[in-house]
Formats: sequence, C-alpha cells, structure tokens
Amino acid sequence: MSSLTKNTLAGLREILTRGDASSVEITQDYLAEISARRDLNTFITVTQDDALASAKVADQIRAAGQASLTTGLPIAHKDLFCTKGILTSCGSKMLSNFISPYDAEVVSKFKNAGFVMLGKLNMDEFAMGSSNETSYFGPVKNPWSPTHVPGGSSGGSAAAVAARLTPLATATDTGGSIRQPAAFTGTSGLKPTYGRVSRFGMIAFASSLDQGGLIAQTAEDLAIGMQIISGHDNKDSTSALIEVPNYESLLNDSIRGLTIGLPEEFFDSRLDTRMQSQIEEVIRIFTSLGANTVSVSLTHVAEAIPAYYVIAPAEASSNLSRFDGVRFGYRAEKPIDLTDLYERSRGEGFGSEVKRRILIGTYALSEGYFDAYYKKAQQIRRLIKQDFDRAFSLCDLLLSPTTPSTAFALGEKSDDPVAMYLEDIYTIATNLAGLPGGSFQAGLIDELPAGYQLTGPAFSESKILNAAHKVQQATDWHTHYPEEIRNV
Amino acid sequence: MYESVIGLEVHVQLSTLSKIFSGSSTSFGASPNTQASLIDLGMPGVLPTPNAKVFEMAVKFGLAIEAKIGKTSVFDRKNYFYPDLPKGYQITQLDAPIVGLGHVNITLEDGTTKRINITRAHLEEDAGKSLHNSFDGLTGIDLNRAGTPLLEIVSEPELRSAKEAVAYLRVIHSIIRYLDISDGNMAEGSMRCDCNVSIRTQGSKILGTRTEIKNVNSFRFVEKAINSEINRQIDSIEDGQQIIQETRLYDPDKNETRPMRSKEEANDYRYFPDPDLLPVVLDDAFITSCRNSLPELPESRKARYMEAYGISQYDAGVLVADRDVADYFAEIAETSGDGKLSANWVMGNVLADLNQTGRSISQFPVEANDIASLIIRIKDKTLNSKTAKTVFEALLSGEGSVDTIIKERGLVQVTDTGALRSVVDTVIENNPHQVTNYRVAAPDKQGKMLGFFVGQVMKISQGKANPQMVNQILLDKLSG
Repeated sequence: MSSLTKNTLAGLREILTRGDASSVEITQDYLAEISARRDLNTFITVTQDDALASAKVADQIRAAGQASLTTGLPIAHKDLFCTKGILTSCGSKMLSNFISPYDAEVVSKFKNAGFVMLGKLNMDEFAMGSSNETSYFGPVKNPWSPTHVPGGSSGGSAAAVAARLTPLATATDTGGSIRQPAAFTGTSGLKPTYGRVSRFGMIAFASSLDQGGLIAQTAEDLAIGMQIISGHDNKDSTSALIEVPNYESLLNDSIRGLTIGLPEEFFDSRLDTRMQSQIEEVIRIFTSLGANTVSVSLTHVAEAIPAYYVIAPAEASSNLSRFDGVRFGYRAEKPIDLTDLYERSRGEGFGSEVKRRILIGTYALSEGYFDAYYKKAQQIRRLIKQDFDRAFSLCDLLLSPTTPSTAFALGEKSDDPVAMYLEDIYTIATNLAGLPGGSFQAGLIDELPAGYQLTGPAFSESKILNAAHKVQQATDWHTHYPEEIRNV
Repeated sequence: MYESVIGLEVHVQLSTLSKIFSGSSTSFGASPNTQASLIDLGMPGVLPTPNAKVFEMAVKFGLAIEAKIGKTSVFDRKNYFYPDLPKGYQITQLDAPIVGLGHVNITLEDGTTKRINITRAHLEEDAGKSLHNSFDGLTGIDLNRAGTPLLEIVSEPELRSAKEAVAYLRVIHSIIRYLDISDGNMAEGSMRCDCNVSIRTQGSKILGTRTEIKNVNSFRFVEKAINSEINRQIDSIEDGQQIIQETRLYDPDKNETRPMRSKEEANDYRYFPDPDLLPVVLDDAFITSCRNSLPELPESRKARYMEAYGISQYDAGVLVADRDVADYFAEIAETSGDGKLSANWVMGNVLADLNQTGRSISQFPVEANDIASLIIRIKDKTLNSKTAKTVFEALLSGEGSVDTIIKERGLVQVTDTGALRSVVDTVIENNPHQVTNYRVAAPDKQGKMLGFFVGQVMKISQGKANPQMVNQILLDKLSG
C-alpha cells in the first residue's frame, strides 16, 4: 500500500497544504489502489480521466494560491447520487444505462469545494438491502474477510473507505445503510438529522427516511465532510433552515459531564455477548473521559422494524413508479402494448428485493388496508419520536451497539428477508425519528470489526462527532485496517 | 317524472408564470417538451418545490366563494401509471384541501337566484399530453403541460338541469377572471369540466347511479353533453336497464356520450401524503393580505351598476359577467352620462360583435371612449339611430374618431327647420295622391300613413333628418 492512501482525509489535507504531495499524485495512488482491489467490487464506475483532470486543475489552483483547505482532496460517491454526464445506476439494471443530466446537490457541493471524484460506489439495488448483495453489479466483499458482507446498502462506500480506496465516501441511510456497513467494515459513518443535508439529486428510496451522509476513517474526517454538505437547499422543501455549526472546531470540546443514555431495550438477551463486552469497553472509555451514563427506555422501539417495513416500502412503491421504461432507464425490447412495456420493463429491470418491497408497499397503501398499515405505522412513528424526546430529557446522547453481531457471511441471509431486516434492529428507530446517528469503531471480534452507535437529538451532529472524536483520541481502533491491506 | 342531479368538477389552470413545483414556464403552445425541466420529466432524484403564488391564488378563490380556508393543507400522491404522468403519481390534495366548503349564487331563468354549495377546491399538478395521432403507430408524449398548476373546484350535486350547470360554470368562470387567477380559456384547456350526472324519480331522496362525463371543453358542450346524458339515462331506465357507474366522453359531432375505454378493475390510486412536501401552513396575516387584495367581485359589481347606472338586473348581470366587459361598459356609461343607452349599445352591438366573431373585449377594435362619443352624439341629436349604426360600422373598420366619421361622411343630422320644411314641401308636392288619402283617413289610421312621408323625407335627406322634427313639420303641413 502506498503511503499516501493510508492517510486520513485530515492527513491528506495537511500533505496538500504543506506541499508534500500534489493532488495528481494522491489521485494516482488512489486510482492504482482501486485498480488493484477490483476483487472487492466496491466501485461501479471509476472516473479515472475526469479524476486526473480535476486533480490537475486543483494543483493549478493551489499553485495560483487560490486553494481552499479542501482543494484537491479525493472523494467517491455512492451510485445513487446523480453525477452529470456519468453513469448513475443506483445498483440496478433499471438504471444501468442512465447517464444523469445533472449533479446532486451533495455532488455539486463537493465539486465546488474542490474535491476530486474518483468514481461511483457499489450499493444495494435502490438502497434496499443490508448486505450489498442485491446490487445488479454483484456483491461487495468485506475487506476484512472476502467471504463476509460489508453491510448495506452503502456497502461500497464503507468497504472502499475500509480498504483505503478513498478517504471519504458519500452514503445514504434510510434504516441503517450508513451505520451498519460502517460497523461491519471498521469505519466511521454519520447519518445526519433528516433535513440537514439536501436530498436533491439523491435517487429516492423512502423520501421521509432517506438522508445523505458520509463514511470515513475518523470522526474528524466526517466533520470536514459535514461542513461541506450541511445546510439548507431551496431545491429540497424538506431541508432545514437551521444554522450549520463549525463541526471541526467543536471536535475537541471536553465531554466531561456529558450524559450518555443506554437504552435498556438494546442491551437485552439478544445481544451477542462478545459484542456486549466491546460496547462495555466503549462505555468504560467514555466514563474515563468524564461522561456519565444513565439507563433509559425506548418503549416502542420493538415496533420500529414493522413500522419501517410499512412506511419505507409504501414510499418506495410510489418513488419507483417513474421507472417505467418510457423516458429513461431500462426499456423492454419490442413491447406489444403499453401494459407489456410497463410489465416487462419493470419486471426485467428490477431485482427481486426491489420487487418485494414494491409489492409490500403497494399492498400497504391499497384501499381498505391503508388505515391498518400505513396510518398505524405513522402512529408508531410518532410514539417512537416521543420515546426519543423523553430519553433526551434525561441524557445528551444515546449509546448502543450498531448491529447485533459482526459482519455475516455472504449468502448467509440472502434467502431470508426477515433475518436480513432484523439486521437494522438498532438503527431503524433513528430514521423513523429523523435523528442524527453515527457508528464508530469498537474494536474487533474474531478479526471482524464491531461498531458502537451514538444517537443524538435533532441537529446534534457536532456533539456526536465531538464524543466519537474524543474516544478515537483515546483508542486506536479507528487506525486498524485489514491485515491483507497492512501487508501490501 | 325524472329529476336530474348534477355536480361539476372544474379544473382551472392557474395563470402563474412558472409551474406548481418547478421553475419551467407555463405558456401555451410551445414546441413539445421545450418547457419541461428535469423536475417535470420526473428524473431520478429530483424534488418538487412549491410555487408560493398558487397558495395566494387558491386562497383568493376561497375567499371569493366565502369558503373555509384550510390553514394547514397537505399534498398527497395519487398513484397511477400513464406515459404522460412522468412520476407515476400526480401531486394533489385529498384529505386536507386548501379551500373547504364555500358557495356561489346562480341566477335561474326565471330571474330568481339559487345557492350552489362548493364542497372544496384543491391544488394539483396537471399531467402532460399524449399525442396519439401524430406518429404512425406510436404515441408521442408532450410534457410541456406537466406540472401546470390546477385548482380543482368540486360542487355539491345541487344542480338540477344542464342550464343550471352552465349558469354555475359561468359564475365560476366569472370569479376566476375577476380574481385574475386564470385566463379561463376553455378552448385552450385552461378551464375544463367533468360533469357528474344521475337521475332519480322526482321527489326521491335517494341518489341514482352517476356517470362522469370527462373533459368537456365549452359552455355549449357542457349543456349539450349533460342533456344527452340525462336522456340516455332516462331511456336506459325506461328500457329496464341499470345505469353503470362509469366514465364517459362527449362526442359533439354525434351529440352523444359514450363510455371511455373500459378498465376491467376499478383504479386504486393508493393516495398517501407526499413525503417530499411539507404541509402548507397559512397564517392569518397571509389570509388577511389575500383578503385585502381581493378585487370587487361580480355580484357586488352587479348591484353597484344597477344603482349607479340605472340599469336592470338582467342587463347588469350580462354586463358584469366578464370583468373586462364590465370595465368597458362602465367607462362608456361614465363618459357618456347615460347608463341605459350605454347598456343598450354594449349589449346590442359590442357583445353581439364579440359573439359573432368569437373575439374577446380586449381584442375588440373600438375603444370605450369612441362608443361613449357615439352616445354623446346621439344624445345631442347629431346622430339618429340609423346614422349612429353607420358610424359604429365605420368605427369597426377603423375609419377614425366618431366626429371625423360624421364629418367625412356628412352624417350630421339636419335640424335646421327651414331646410327640413323645404324637404317636407317637396315630398308633399310630389305625392298629391297620398296627401289626399291621408287627409280623408280616420285619425287612428293616419299615424301609420305618416310613416310613408317620414320615409320619403329621410330618403331625400339621406337619413340625416332629425326624425322628431320631421314628424312635427309633417303633422303641421298635412293637417293644413
């Protein structure tokens, strides 16, 4: 492994600022690594020529003394962020020919900040999955063990960061799709508050739950990225008109006196004992840094998964209606009539998990079932929000495992959708409540990473990053990367 | 004896410059798909952002029909597949519309008024257009119209005849024109009407099965479509058949309705709140400012015109229906100082021309000021009704101002007694036989016979003689 790609984003920033390496050199190193690790299947598209060209421009800007702190830093985007002129597949056959005519807001913001895009990252089809096995472009391998999944749906983002193929990756989280893969790959991931980051140009799965965020090696790197993508966007009515703090400057605040709530529902008998002991270790570190813990209850959290699997598919069934073979995307050959065009374009263009969720969602919204499913699920959603409000009257942040266990084997759960859905048991409630949540490294269990999750009140991203950063300063878990990579 | 029960759903295109959820232009008639943005095309990842102007327009309409304004209204998705519906759903309002229960008054043929309740009015986006006949074997899709803002106005089923339905539709048209929230052009589809029609035995309280006639695009067709549907339903029931609840289309050429291509299963639109859009919350200050900016509405203008210009309720009703016509009339009446004569001229000549040519008052070539001058010249006896008509025709063909036309065509009415006497003398001299007959006739016959002499005088004077003066002189001379 070249020395440049071992760096964190903050480290690369320093290298560029000091002039120890150029953006072109950094980009070349990453492109070489990406090429060497094709076996992981993390990238759907590598934008080699564009990357080198924009790295060159970045170096010229720097030479002219006009560089910002982030000019020339590398990034890769989850393949559901629209990128102008570049394939944006959403991990689906349906969009395997879709060259986006525009940039997502998040993509523009990184462009404007001078970032160099390395390519587009693999993902579960339409972000539906927890293992990155539903991608039309094949599963992503976990860099820690090629027989294990990297988690999903942002599996490509997490695995690419873990394998040091990019220092920063965009990702999205509808029910845990940033946090769970971050936990499975020993990376740091942040799902911001709903509305903190514009959804414009993010191909929608479930609009009321989807939130764009980031995966990186450290909380510090997440803070650098969050500074760029946070803020109101008048192209997204649901984006929040709330001031953006300076995330990096708040990273080093003392966490003495911080109260950490431990939801009792997340520490029950279902939790793997070794996972539990890793989390207890994290708690010990927090305590040693001056934080207090308190037990809290999220009474309705058991209903989160059923409620989620009504709301998310319901919204998805409608969001995915536009993929009809008429204007863009996959179109069936020689349709005999309109119905045939619809049925075959969608039947052939979507994979089985996407179809399953469209069917569930269509059923849940149907006349006669709407009240029993969709309305009931929205009521549960309100109760879950109230649970969090109550909890945050007693504590500043909630701490729990991110996942019940470490990464599972490829194929282990792919035929059992319910077992797969239960993967998100600790993460899903956060999305239903629209809250920010992060997953950070909590050491290894049998050479596979464990992650802990911090959840905060709305717009408390800086507090989450601050707490995680303090732990990262007191530990070296975030510096671990897979043996295989270490030895390259 | 049957009674018909009719309710209308009127779709009004709001005249915003840009679309309801995107910045694209809404103007009519551009080349296909040149006014469709990424958002109108339903591209992956795009999001709708509401055009705040539509809230103001909808609220003004709500206030004009004295409706309850929905302070929190919600946009919902209506899901169905059709190629001219790019997202696979239409954004509309189901459970929480921006305008709640309101009402309007319509004038019936006997001159009485009837209150028609309006259930609701809600905002939604229009779909694109499918062009089935433009390409051989293919259907073209034009998404220029996709995302044009619509206000759908739903009446209670309180209309009892096709004529009432048209009267109601005219009132709605009049209100949206007064509010200037739509051009109301039915031919261009800016106002479209779905008619729900059922029949029942007179006096029955139970509603019959209804049919819906979709997209009727003129006042005349609304009347004809409803009447033909009522007749069809009566015939069916008399024949012992059941009315099927279905959507029908009106064919103006055959003057009949027929079922739209039948769908085997009923549509389930799977409505749910659109998660991309926040509920629309309107505060009292906003509603007050909408109220303060309301123009005078047709009903109050009608009362004002009756009072100010001394015109009949019927005339006032006709004159205020279109705001521009009402303004035009008012300018004539104010300038000429004669409301009744102004009403007669506007209704008898101006509106007659508009009906005949199909143009609107804004396209009418004669300024209100010119009609007022014409009326002034009638009142000061420069013109009589015959020459006035000649001047009006000349105005229409753009021959200049009223006084120029009078001068150039030599139309000044002859009021000089000496001149008139000499003409009368000539007529008497040339018609000795008729003079003798007149003088021996019974007095009640003489009135009619006088007309002959007046006609002769007018002929010689080329219509310019003052008729009243001619009458007087003739009476004097003939009795002598």
